[in-house]
Amino acid sequence: MNKDITQKLGFICLSLCALITVFFLGTLIYFIVVRGAGAISWQFLTDVPRKFMTQGGVAPAIVGTFYLTLGSIMIALPLGLACAVYLCEYSPKSVVVNIIRISINNLAGVPSVVFGLFGMAVFVKFLGFGVSILSGCLTLAIMVLPSIISASQESLMAVPQSYREASLALGATQWYTIKKIVVPSALPGILTGVILSVGRVAGETAPILFTAGTFYMRGYPKSIFSEVMALPYHIYALMTEGAHPVAQTKIAYGCALILLILVLTVSTLAIFIRQKQRSMS
Amino acid sequence: MDEKVRMEIKNMNFYYGTKQALCDINIQVYRNRVTAIIGPSGCGKSTLIRLLNRMNDLIPHARIEGEVLLDGHNIYGPDEDVVDVRRKIGMVFQKPNPFPKSIFENVAYGLRVNGIKDRQYIRRKVEKSIKDAALWGEVKDRLNDSALALSGGQQQRLCIARALAVEPEVLLMDEPASALDPTSTSKIEELIQELKKRYTIIIVTHNMQQAARISDYTAFLMLGQMVEYDLTPKIFTNPAKKVTEDYITGRFG
Repeated sequence: MNKDITQKLGFICLSLCALITVFFLGTLIYFIVVRGAGAISWQFLTDVPRKFMTQGGVAPAIVGTFYLTLGSIMIALPLGLACAVYLCEYSPKSVVVNIIRISINNLAGVPSVVFGLFGMAVFVKFLGFGVSILSGCLTLAIMVLPSIISASQESLMAVPQSYREASLALGATQWYTIKKIVVPSALPGILTGVILSVGRVAGETAPILFTAGTFYMRGYPKSIFSEVMALPYHIYALMTEGAHPVAQTKIAYGCALILLILVLTVSTLAIFIRQKQRSMS
Repeated sequence: MDEKVRMEIKNMNFYYGTKQALCDINIQVYRNRVTAIIGPSGCGKSTLIRLLNRMNDLIPHARIEGEVLLDGHNIYGPDEDVVDVRRKIGMVFQKPNPFPKSIFENVAYGLRVNGIKDRQYIRRKVEKSIKDAALWGEVKDRLNDSALALSGGQQQRLCIARALAVEPEVLLMDEPASALDPTSTSKIEELIQELKKRYTIIIVTHNMQQAARISDYTAFLMLGQMVEYDLTPKIFTNPAKKVTEDYITGRFG
């Protein structure tokens, strides 16, 4: 009897904790949808901002977020994957490798605003890329590099050693084994790392504050050296600047809703791809 | 019997770091014969068989002395390409380890590794290899299904098919049936009898009855030393050393 009660209590406690998480996500989505849905219209999605950001749309910010996310993942994914392959498959266990590992872990702990300052000093000023999509992508790429590396590393390490041995025993070179067996087997896990990174890149404000973002643009960026609007930065700008707080707040919630939908769509898409990959293997 | 030597292990010592794992091993492996390596756990039999296709190259701080000759060529010679050695000396592992690919692609992998692109040839070779591994009847209608959906015994025969596809000169088997049920085990044993007509087979096993049933020659290893090497019937009926007798009669091990 006593045992049964403990059992039940434990179960209730655990399910309650799980429910609380769902509750937070639920209320967050509900809150954003209720506040933001009113702002969303066809014009809001396709038009440029007008009348000091109180009217018109946020299309340049949507496009900008898309460019920044795509660009930074395109830089960070090959770099991070290559780094993880080197660390997992090639590097001998040595002091240097340990230093590299520790560096990656520390890089993951650097606050994002510090990446912003670094990006401004190096990409914007020193390399002369200016406040631009390129500088923003590079800064964001460095920021997500550690999470892509560690996700890739973990998935590579989870590939059974027996796959590698089977391939080598058939006369495959190490490079062929990595290319055809190890990386494809690790792909679902790597993809998870990329999903998380996409969410982070799309939502970060601090790294693009000084490197890519502009808070008001009448048109669209023309090249990778153009300044760009981005949804998170636009929300920040709407809430802190300008002279029409009521109208601006409404637009800010609209932006938040779009950002949320964007990130959720990417996640769903990636989860879908991952499931497909899994069922194939 | 008129026996031809296919592989020869000569004065081999092997060290993991400073720890000596194998001590002065000498074995002659004969063509179209099954050579079994038996011995108690930790005696170095897996280490030994993995040295024969240089799988132990992957282990850091390992060191080998002596020679392993394949048709008179030292596979540890300075001009030997390790990739080439492993193609010529196939290996089947203890646990079935098919790739997470289709049945067809598993067997085709070795061919693709070796740069073969001719689809017709690959298809024929895959079919022949699966037939040689006595698996064709069970999988011929579902070659595109995942290999991981097969049973353990089927997976192991698929791994054998995969090894056969690249036409190795010698086939190494590291306890190939130890993870399988009795029915699958006897299928693998029958298969080995069939395969020895065309291949030279070296098998590690901790199952003495299995060694007695399927092998022509048996090497008995203990604590990294080779105690005795002879014709299998001789080892099991009239061993030269007392330790061998004690082991095969089950007094230890």
